[in-house]
Amino acid sequence: MKILVPVKRVVDYNVKIRVKADQTGVDLNNVKMSMNPFDEIAVEEALRMKEAGSADEVVAVSIGVQQCQETIRTALAMGADRGILVKTDAELEPLHVAKILKAVIDEENPELVILGKQAIDDDCNQTGQMLAALLGRPQGTFASKLELVDGKLNVTREVDAGLQTITIDMPAIVTTDLRLNEPRYASLPNIMKAKKKPIIENTPEDMGIDIAPRLSVLKVEEPPKREAGIKVETVGDLVDKLRNEAGVI
Amino acid sequence: MDFAFTPEQESIRDAVEKICQSYDAEYWRRQDQAGEFPEAFVKDMADGGWLGIAMPEEFGGAGLGVTEAALMMQTVARSGAALSGCSAIHINIFGPMPVVVFGNDEQRSRHLPALIRGEDRTCFGVTEPNAGLNTASIETKAERNGNGWVANGRKLWTSTAQTANKILLLARTTAKEDCARPTDGLSLFYTDLNRDYCEVQEIDKMGRMAVDTNAVFIDGLPIPGEDLVGEEGKGFRYLLHGLNPERVLVGVEAVGIGQVALERAVQYAREREVFGRPIGQNQAIQHPLAKAWAELAAAELMAFKAAALYDAGEECGAEANAAKYLGAEAGFSACETAVLTHGGMGYAKEFDVERYMREIFIARIAPVSREMILNYIAERVLDLPRSY
Repeated sequence: MKILVPVKRVVDYNVKIRVKADQTGVDLNNVKMSMNPFDEIAVEEALRMKEAGSADEVVAVSIGVQQCQETIRTALAMGADRGILVKTDAELEPLHVAKILKAVIDEENPELVILGKQAIDDDCNQTGQMLAALLGRPQGTFASKLELVDGKLNVTREVDAGLQTITIDMPAIVTTDLRLNEPRYASLPNIMKAKKKPIIENTPEDMGIDIAPRLSVLKVEEPPKREAGIKVETVGDLVDKLRNEAGVI
Repeated sequence: MDFAFTPEQESIRDAVEKICQSYDAEYWRRQDQAGEFPEAFVKDMADGGWLGIAMPEEFGGAGLGVTEAALMMQTVARSGAALSGCSAIHINIFGPMPVVVFGNDEQRSRHLPALIRGEDRTCFGVTEPNAGLNTASIETKAERNGNGWVANGRKLWTSTAQTANKILLLARTTAKEDCARPTDGLSLFYTDLNRDYCEVQEIDKMGRMAVDTNAVFIDGLPIPGEDLVGEEGKGFRYLLHGLNPERVLVGVEAVGIGQVALERAVQYAREREVFGRPIGQNQAIQHPLAKAWAELAAAELMAFKAAALYDAGEECGAEANAAKYLGAEAGFSACETAVLTHGGMGYAKEFDVERYMREIFIARIAPVSREMILNYIAERVLDLPRSY
């Protein structure tokens, strides 16, 4: 079985982000970039399936600027076998990404695609679902556990009510939740090996995919600063403030 | 001139950072207070293959240069592990270099893989109480005994000897008066630290409680002939080979400690409010912090310049010495500023900066004093007459 894992290059989760002065987006100059943490979980899950003998190849694909190659290298250093970079400097929306991934999947024919449930930069949480719809394949989203049984996939999902387990047919699309696994660190020997693993390059234009914008960003703002809280003396004061100042009861 | 790290070097830093994230300030505070060796951290580093960063690929290493090793050690120090983390693995990075460069194939394949896997631990038996930095005057002797040797003597400041099973031992094999030069007649052995013949006494010290430093009393230690590294009598020259890389490493470790001290101080200055405003709004607090940043950045540049020269096979003695000098001084000044920025809290263990302050002293003293570095630069770079 071949597993395809899309990996996105995003602002590192430790970075305190700043909005650009002209409110068109987030300032990415000299900001540390890393693999989207949910995608790390996806890579880890694919590698575990390979180590368990249920998969024989893990392919990492990234879409975006040339530096996305480094994100692919990170996946290769974790243990993925090869990479595909679809290179573009354009701003991408989830539907573009899903269409590009569909084209990659038409070419590669993986039986399983594991994506992060969302990227921590735009928090869209759309690509996996769109991809499943475009391909007409079953989807198991927000997975916290995966089990391959008799050619079908049992997916435990984190939903509001608790844990829901569904069985889906293969080939399938899965998106990962935070508790699916704890991703490994790249070891030094694997970082060295990753240098020699192949990455092929492509562009949306060559693949014949329209990436014209369908959304327009009106403005990006910092969230309002949280005001300091206050201490109240009595329950009566609390109720009074909740009713008359906060207006929540 | 390109000051950027390559993507591969950045991935090395990221991967080391990730390991270090599992070992937070509380972990290191606990190791320091209990005086316990950071076994879990060292195991993680060994399992990730990091101990072999500069070892040849054919023996399980990564075959990378001083630049990558320095980046790794700086990252460890900067994570808050400081020297408690660095010193626990430092010896593995360049200590075995004489074996790598001057040992034979049998020695390399016998020793290096186990060192890289973290199964063997080594220590450095060079410095002695009656010689100090005058290495030619060491008194430990190894005498021929059949095929092998028997060593007797005392070593001082041998770090990690509490748990090491191997020792890189420098001993005199020909009396000084029978040698053309005082640095001749010294031989280097890489051999078992056999506790039947070696007594290891821990030295109680100011800081870095997690990593032991010792006096080693060697009494009739038998050394098999095959444990002699290279040729008899050339040990001193073999040792010189690892000195410049070690200076670079100590320099960047000190910079890393300074950087974490500075980060902690800046955070405190931003959050701590007195007289109705954060203390970091006062120039009296800001300026020493800004100065520390500038000094650390300069020391870091010198260290990576020295590393780049070494990796390119160029002479780097002046730069490596300067890197260790600048790193230790900038690191010390940053730690002092960090303690003072914290006020009374800087003296409390809970804020960690006092630990950095205690540990940074090691980088100022070892492996060579500031004064000997300045002597070196005065003589070799400025061409002034030797003063001692």
